[in-house]
Formats: sequence, C-alpha cells, structure tokens
Amino acid sequence: MSEAMPEQQTRAPLPFGRFLLDGLRQMLRGNAAYWAWVTLLLALIGIGGWYYYLQLSQGLVTTNMTNQVSWGFYIANFTFLVGVAAAAVMLAIPAYIFHRDDIKTVVLMGDTMAISAVIMAILFVVVDLGRPDRIWHLLPGIGRFNFPESMLAWDVVVLNGYLLLNLVISFYIISCHYRGCEPKLRFYFPFVVVAIFWAISIHTVTAFLFSANHGREYWHHAILAPRFIASAFCSGPALMILGLQIIRRISNYPIPWSVINHLAIVMTVSLQITLFFVAAELFTEFYNESEGAMSGHYLFLGLNGHDALVPWIWSALAMLGVATLIGTIHPLRRKVMLLNIACVLTVIGVWIEKGMGFVIPGFVPSTIGEIHEYAPNLHEVMVSLGIWGIGLLIFTLMAKAAIPIECGELRAPGVKAGKNICATD
Amino acid sequence: MSDKSNDQRRDPGADPQPTDLARRRFLQRLGVTALAAGATASAPAWGGSTLGDAFADFFQDHYQRMDADEVKETLARIERKAKRRYGVDIDCKDTPAIPGVVFGYAINISKCRGYRDCVHACVEENNLSRDTQYIRVVEMHHGSLNLHEGDHYYQGTVPEPGKYYLPMQCMQCDNPPCVKACPVEATWMEQDGVVVVDYDWCIGCRYCMAACPYQARHFNWGDPDLPPGEINPDTHFLGNRPRPKGVVEKCHFCLQRTREGRMPACQEACPTGARIFGNLLDPNSEIRYVLENRAVFRLKEELGTEPKFWYFRDV
Repeated sequence: MSEAMPEQQTRAPLPFGRFLLDGLRQMLRGNAAYWAWVTLLLALIGIGGWYYYLQLSQGLVTTNMTNQVSWGFYIANFTFLVGVAAAAVMLAIPAYIFHRDDIKTVVLMGDTMAISAVIMAILFVVVDLGRPDRIWHLLPGIGRFNFPESMLAWDVVVLNGYLLLNLVISFYIISCHYRGCEPKLRFYFPFVVVAIFWAISIHTVTAFLFSANHGREYWHHAILAPRFIASAFCSGPALMILGLQIIRRISNYPIPWSVINHLAIVMTVSLQITLFFVAAELFTEFYNESEGAMSGHYLFLGLNGHDALVPWIWSALAMLGVATLIGTIHPLRRKVMLLNIACVLTVIGVWIEKGMGFVIPGFVPSTIGEIHEYAPNLHEVMVSLGIWGIGLLIFTLMAKAAIPIECGELRAPGVKAGKNICATD
Repeated sequence: MSDKSNDQRRDPGADPQPTDLARRRFLQRLGVTALAAGATASAPAWGGSTLGDAFADFFQDHYQRMDADEVKETLARIERKAKRRYGVDIDCKDTPAIPGVVFGYAINISKCRGYRDCVHACVEENNLSRDTQYIRVVEMHHGSLNLHEGDHYYQGTVPEPGKYYLPMQCMQCDNPPCVKACPVEATWMEQDGVVVVDYDWCIGCRYCMAACPYQARHFNWGDPDLPPGEINPDTHFLGNRPRPKGVVEKCHFCLQRTREGRMPACQEACPTGARIFGNLLDPNSEIRYVLENRAVFRLKEELGTEPKFWYFRDV
C-alpha cells in the first residue's frame, strides 16, 4: 500500500500524511498471532532473498533450467498468478455491473488480492531475468521497447497497467471511506469498466505469450486463452473463499455468506468448463497422434521412459475432478468443510495444471527432439517461497489497514466514526 | 567507407528524438568523466578505470543507436575488459555488412560423415563457453527425417552403417520468430541476413529461446567457461567477443570472418566438403549453383520462418 501512495498524493484531496500514518499505525498494531504471521512471512522473504542473492552472484546456473528447458518454476508460478489477479473481476462484475450490494462490501478485498498477485507475477518474471540490472532497457524512450511486436512487451504493458488500475480504484474507494463519504460512482465506474476488460486482457496476453510460439506445438493452440481464463476463474475464487473466511474469523469485517456462495458457484462452473477444455485438448492431441502431440504424451503418459510429470498432472486432474464434484452437488458444496477442501484442491490442481503441467511440457521434447526433464531445485523453490512471502505480506498489510477503515472504525480526524458497515450487517 | 556503412546500419526512426539526444549528451559527459578518472587514477596497464568502465557498461546504449564515437569507446572498453578478465589482448571490431551480400548455407548430407570437426572449430573460433556448442550434428536413421528419432549425443566410430548425419545450427531465418519475440530489440537481422544479438543489451528473459523452432539459441547460465589460453583474439562486437553471463547467444555465421571475405570456421574445418557457404545474391556463387541445380530442403519449412540454411544430397 505504501508503494502506491506517493503517486496518488496530488490527486487525493485528503489529509494524506495522516492517512498514511493511520494506515501504518494499523499495520504495526496487532496481536501475537498477527506478529507471528508477519514474522513468518519476513523470514520467508529473508531466506528467499538470500537464495536470490546467490542466483544474482552466480547466475541462473543455480537453477535447474537448461538450454532445453529454458523456462521453469518461476514462469510456472507467474502464469498461475496472472490468473489469480485476473479473477478479481469475479467480484467486480457482480458488484459494479449487477449492483450486488453484498459483494460490494468485499470487492476491495478482491482488488487487494489482485494487487498482491500482480506484484508477485511481476517479481516472478524479474527473478527469471538473466540481467535484471538491464531492466531499464524495457523503458520506452531510454530503452528500446519492442511494442507491439513482442508479446512479452504486451505483457509488461498489461500487467503494469492492471496494477495501476487496481491501485487507483482501491485507493480512491478507501480514501473516500476514510473521510466518511461514499465514493462517487461516476468517478470510479469508468476505471472499473476498464479494469474488467483489462483483467481479461492480462490473462489473454499471458496465454498469447505461449501460444504465439509456433515452434512449440503443445502451446500453439487457439484454446489456450479461453482455457487460461476458465482455470483462472477456478483458482481465483477458490483463494478468495479461503481468504475471506480467514478474514471473517480474525476480524469483524462483514463477509456475507451470499458472497462465499457466489464465489463457490463461479468456481464450480469454471471447473466444469476447465475440465471440458482439457478433454477437448486431449481428444485433439491423441485421437490421431501427430508429432506435435509428443509433449502431451510426455505429460500424461511419459515418453521413452521419461515420466517425471505424469504423477503431477494426474493428481492435478484428480484434484480438479473431486473439486468439481463437490461444487456441483449442492448438498456437498453447502458444507463449509467440504467447500474448503474443494477450494484447496482447486488451488493446488490449477497451480499444477497451468504451471508445471503446462510450461514444462512445452520444452519436452525440445523443438529438435531432445528429451531433457526438469524439476525445480532448492534455489528455485526458496526464491519462489520468498516471492509468495512478499505477496502474502503485501496482502496482509493492505488488508490490515483497510479493514478498520471499511468497518468505519478508522476515520480521518474530525470525521464521525459512524456509518459502521460492520455494525449494520 | 566505414563511416558510411555505419550510417547504413543506423536506425533512422530512433535517432533524432530530443530525449535521445539529451540522454546521449548525458552519456557523453559520463564517458568523459570516466576517461578523466581513468587518466588520473593509478592508470593500470590496460588503461581506463574499472569504476568508470562499470559505469559506462551499465549505461551502454543499444548498438544500433550508437554513433561512431560511442562505438569506438565501447569497442575499446570491451578490449580492456577482456584484458582484465582473461589477461588476453583481443581486437574487437564492428565490421559492417558488405553491401549486396546476403549469406546462406547449404549442407550436403550425403558427404557429412558425423566427424563433428565443424562443432569443435566453431567452439574455438567463436570463444564459446566450453559447455556450449552452436552446431549440433544429429545421427539419423536412413529412411527417416524425424529429428525425434535421431541421436543427438552419438559416441564412438563414425560413420555408422545405416546412419546419416544432419548438422544443425542457427538457420538465420529470413522471418525470424526470435527477433519478434525479444521485448527489448536486443536481437535483429543485419543487412547481410545474419540474425545477431547485442550481448550488452539482452536482458536474459529467454523468450527468444522459447520462440526458436530450431533450438539455436543458447543462454549463459553462469560465467562462460572460456580458457584464457584458447581465446581467439580476432573478435566482432556482434559476433565472437567474450560474452557476459545472463545473456543469450547464437551462431552468427562467423561475422568476424565472413564480413572480411573469409569462410566460416565450420566450413573451413569440414574435411569432407559437405558445407557450402556463400552469397545468395551472387548468381555465380557455389551456393546459388546448389540451390538452382539440386533438390534441396529446409527444416520445418511449414513454419514459414524461411531459413537461409538448406540441405541437399548428391545424386
């Protein structure tokens, strides 16, 4: 949150310093459990930082990536997280387009998750760079930005744009609530509409990043973008359901059950569509198996005795299948415990299916027929955990500061601390 | 002559922007300070100061945007760096493309015996890290052109009965997907049709490696393993100069040789005469003869990458 504020300073007609200070004070105030959580995240970040330092000094040779499998765990996580970020629209659309007031109360948490996920996604690309010191080469003007030719250039634009949009919207809403007034719909509605389309675009562009490569037939499918978006609308809502329940437990932020139910239905329908898309791909790949199906063969059945990814993908599909069943059968979905299990299975299943289960087989076999298997090593896992730590810390701190404002407990000086949405519910 | 061809190489669209000029002036001042610092400091044998060089390295511009002076300073700095790092005096040049020349390659697969002399000559000529090879010779079964069935790591006596050998390297596509992929324009096709990399501009994202259908791009995962005693001192900015870690590199048809009228190292090393290299625009060249009189094929032609790298058989 503190990252976002300086650029907003001129726009916001509010006691900015005080707002910042109040927010910081909230972040630094918490019970033992809060501090234990923050310390854990800081420890993760510290360890990840150390492993990243090793990678910086020795080069990417510290990872398990090779010239054959030239993208690995980092890009797998990146792909997953772009989807999570895009899924924030599953709150924004019903809240702002269909005027669901219950969802409107939690839409800010969706934006917060989107912001954390985009930052993580960007960090995963940065740690994957061989020369992060040259990242300024991407800046238009002083660098040379290959836009619109390069799909990676598109990704840089849409991810940063999405981050900015979400920061602007969240900041506007939260700063209004801080001053005890309602945000003016006509001010932020245009941004919301742009953000909704933008959310779809970030995942579409990320899919195009892969499907553009006609030399890698496993990625070169038109169904990729729809498939990415469908699976994003599984994992995003699943994470939100879990996160919102945690928030409800540890704070007095009102999370209506109707919101959870809405997300559960979105997740279920998306799971059904995702499995259908997977089936459609499997049929096309395997009915008449061409040379291009070798990656799919490697992933699902193994190739010439190489089968490192086979257990991964089948367990992912099993998890998604069980989650779909739980979601589809109403009495099962309505049991909170089962719903939570379905969410955990969905998150892990999608993380495998569009991470390791998607990025890696694009490189196996290589474009000229070599089979080099890949699994992440300790360095990659640690650096990745560090980035997850950063994302969770950003979410924690932002939510920590936002919740009392949303609840009406924290207000600008001179503003009556009434209108408590937490009390009305 | 060299100035003129320098101008030819320049990107006309990117030049006269005010921000660009301001930045260039800033960089020039920086260069001057760096040089002054080098002169006043302990003045090491190789000249120039490490700190100033590091600074100038960081701010080094894209090759296509450098003016003649900047290129000169950069080449000198590259030579100083090689001296510092390897203790070797290298000569780094940036010979421009010869007008009217587009290079192409044709391999006679009935002559190739799989000796891999080309592979090793390439490693030595191009100062490759000893764990990297631009050329891959694949041992193929007679009766099959399926790369997936070939042996990439064959050992023992060659040629083996029932086998033929298919050397692969960068195909220097005329429609290169790698160039499109690069988010910072660190790789491009030169006037002579060779796809090159500015090793000092590449950010190491490896998207070009994902885009290349021929596995022709190689990444420096760590510091290159380059024995100082084996360094080839005749180097080119876009070619075989020592590379930093964290950047992508690839075959460049031995620019340091071919732009001076010599043959690439792989062609010279081949003991069987399987390699035909030459100017595609010269109707009297040997490669044109091959293309006009033999049944030739290219790898993955269906992808539309238009490789300038052909294969043919005798008979």
